[in-house]
Amino acid sequence: MSQARHPGLKLGHEHDPGSGEVEALVFGFWIFMMSDLLIFGCVFATYVVMLPQVADGPSAAELFHLRGPLIETTLLLASSVTIGFALLETKHRADQRRTTLWLAVTFLLGAGFLFSSTHSLLGHLENGAGPSRSAFLSAYWLLVPLHALHVAVGCLWIAVAAAQVWIRGFDWVTTGGLLRLSIYWHFLDIVWIGILSVVYLGAMI
Amino acid sequence: MSLTDFIDALTGRMTLEALPFWKMVQNPTPENIVNGAIATSVAAILVLAAVAVLAVLTYFRLWRTVWFDWLTTVDHKKIGIMYIVLSFVMMLRGVVEANFMRANQAVGFDGGFLSADHFGELFTTHGTIMIFFVAMPFLSGVINYVLPLQIGARDMSFPVTNAIGLALTASGAMLVMASLLFLPFSIGGWTGYPPFTGKEYSPDVGPNYWIWAVTLSGLGTTLTGINVACTVYKKRCPGMDFWKMPLFVWASVTTAILMIFALPPLTVATAMLALDRYLDFHFFTTDAGGIPMLYANLFWLFGHPEVYILVLPAFGVWSEVFATFSGKTLYAYRTLVWATLSIAVISFLVWVHHFFTMGQSAGMNAVFGIATMLVGVPTGVKIYDWLLTMYRGRVRITTPMVYALGFVMLFVIGGASGILLANPSIDYQVHNSVFLVAHFHNMVIPGTLFGMLGAYSFWFPKAFGFMLDDWWGKLAASLWIVGFMLAFFPLYAVGLLGLPRRSVAYSEASYTPYTVVAMLGALVVLAALGAMFWQLYISIRNRDALNVYAGDPWDGRTLEWSISSPPPVYNFAVGPEVFARDAFWEEKRAGHAYQIPDQWEDIELPANSWLAPILFFSSFTLTFGLVWHMWWLVILSLLVVVGALVARSFVIDRERVIPADVVREEHLRWLKAVREAPSAPRELEVAPGNWGRPQSEAGVPE
Repeated sequence: MSQARHPGLKLGHEHDPGSGEVEALVFGFWIFMMSDLLIFGCVFATYVVMLPQVADGPSAAELFHLRGPLIETTLLLASSVTIGFALLETKHRADQRRTTLWLAVTFLLGAGFLFSSTHSLLGHLENGAGPSRSAFLSAYWLLVPLHALHVAVGCLWIAVAAAQVWIRGFDWVTTGGLLRLSIYWHFLDIVWIGILSVVYLGAMI
Repeated sequence: MSLTDFIDALTGRMTLEALPFWKMVQNPTPENIVNGAIATSVAAILVLAAVAVLAVLTYFRLWRTVWFDWLTTVDHKKIGIMYIVLSFVMMLRGVVEANFMRANQAVGFDGGFLSADHFGELFTTHGTIMIFFVAMPFLSGVINYVLPLQIGARDMSFPVTNAIGLALTASGAMLVMASLLFLPFSIGGWTGYPPFTGKEYSPDVGPNYWIWAVTLSGLGTTLTGINVACTVYKKRCPGMDFWKMPLFVWASVTTAILMIFALPPLTVATAMLALDRYLDFHFFTTDAGGIPMLYANLFWLFGHPEVYILVLPAFGVWSEVFATFSGKTLYAYRTLVWATLSIAVISFLVWVHHFFTMGQSAGMNAVFGIATMLVGVPTGVKIYDWLLTMYRGRVRITTPMVYALGFVMLFVIGGASGILLANPSIDYQVHNSVFLVAHFHNMVIPGTLFGMLGAYSFWFPKAFGFMLDDWWGKLAASLWIVGFMLAFFPLYAVGLLGLPRRSVAYSEASYTPYTVVAMLGALVVLAALGAMFWQLYISIRNRDALNVYAGDPWDGRTLEWSISSPPPVYNFAVGPEVFARDAFWEEKRAGHAYQIPDQWEDIELPANSWLAPILFFSSFTLTFGLVWHMWWLVILSLLVVVGALVARSFVIDRERVIPADVVREEHLRWLKAVREAPSAPRELEVAPGNWGRPQSEAGVPE
């Protein structure tokens, strides 16, 4: 075994102190993500079941447009690239300034996503398409805000992780944290692609 | 803002009506007085018990001990013990509630002494408590205590997360307890089906208590599942490949996987119900397109795997108990492993059998009925394997074995009634009758509860260093068995006669003899619980005579018996290496047990953490605020939760180092005690002559 046995980017070497802990932490975090994925799975299933339950309210086809979601997709996918850069800087240069910079960019992209997402949700609310309107809209207002809430938590985490890198540098605790943060952030991308496909593109068909 | 506005914001929806005696004082009808007197007495007992505990801790100056040795600990052994203590406290409440319900039904012909709402609260809290705050903490506790020892590890993979799991479970339990002081709890049953629990039909705060208590327990259990799975994958000692793991470890990791997969649907279902109630969503309402059936599907997508979460650890315990007390290796180990895994897979394919009568097609019901019957196959395999483990063994009847034999006998009966219910056409006749109540109690009491009580009797000497009194243990076990049969066998009959479950009253005089016998059974179960507490008391009193510091009172087979009782904080002075499935047994057979290690090393252990107690208190205040719409408390608690998590992430994980010299001294002292302990023949196993060093039968051919 030359390196820690976990999926994803390897930041340390076997002989580093704490490599065993990082291995277990990352492995455990993958299991946690799997459990979170099941939560989203149940919510997606609910959404699909509720699609016809519009109860005189607007249907998906009447409500959704692609402009907002495409902007949000661009922002979120770009943020996945930038967090990747942050980790590559950590691995190859161990440069606190550059890592923090890329984390800041990721944070801004995430915040942009949240801004756009909130904007369109508020628009729906103004048009009388709030969660109380119909079971379909209840399901929509669970799925999309749940993902946005995850992104908000991710932004908070990025801020904390950047502070830790800035203060403490790259010990195994901060790098282990960065690894898990990036798994979490990519996971949100995957869920978002699901939302884009099922909710927004699905409404266009 | 005026003063009344301020007070309203402060108290949310809570008014004086929340107090248990208020209705009785305002409107003293005979019914209100009886129900109010019962509720008030119980609330008073709870307050007095809490005050007494605080007084004792203060008087004996135990606060430092409580904080540093228990609340902030991350030691898997202490966390396991705390889980089990929590479970026993809640069990006491659950059994007392059962007695009230049985008493009410015994006189339930044309109306018992309880009001319908009070009865509804009783069956709701009873079910919620017994599943989420008795069975789950008990099995989490046993797994926590035993699993790291069996795989030769020093702790779980994530000790702090482990403590947080306990904290969340305990705060959920505290929330259910708080509902005794500030009424009402939900009357919607432990399954909390909407639309009844929606805000249209239950505008009071009752279902809120249920939602948040269950959610907290569910989150805690998810964390436990992740931790156990990761521990088994990453922390096994050298030599222990999958096929050398004790069967309890297999059962635990399978349970953990079920926890990881089964709890998310519950979290989603309760969250959606909460959104319906708090923010006027329409998932499960009868208007605006809501689908109440969706809740039933999500709930049982959790609920059915849940019953295997409950029973698999018990299966693990039985596998250890039968092998140990038969002095034989487990019969058909690999078959048992495959049976365990098959049960886990099938458990996800049967959830519709909980609502055969809700209107899906006959074809659908047939598929799920057949899938349900399939579960009986691997379970039957297990029963035969345990029987064959005993076959031609020199079986010793100890307290755990009494539970085990009761289990085999009764569980088969419960399984048979389950096969009956798996047939949709029969289910149509008896669903929602007490026949069903008899069936599932027949599974969870002999299955889960006897398993956990057997585990308690089996591993107690390991955890505390002295045996539990055997005579009182056997008495308690017998009372459990007899009490269970008296309480639930009549329900099969009266269920077939048509008594619906959850009935506060009935108008059929012929039911009464059955309900009276069932009440007597409930009293016997209460006596069993009393016998267990008495057993604990006299065992503590006689602890010097019952001492088993040498650590191996049962002629054990697996690694946890190869260390002292109680184990040192670091579990193993030197990390073990295993070469066989019954690792310690084989060492004894080869004469290699109790060797003095060649070298000693410093041992690093995770330091205490204040995170779990903070999350315990803040998650309680958070959910209590949510229940009563006290938004200031919710916001404050959320800030504490987030602040604590962020602050903790800046704390460098401190390690506590135990110097090699200390380890060496402790270990040599123990080895000396082992060599000096008189070795007990099998006749003295359960007597005060057992010092934890048996005349091992490992050398005897099996």
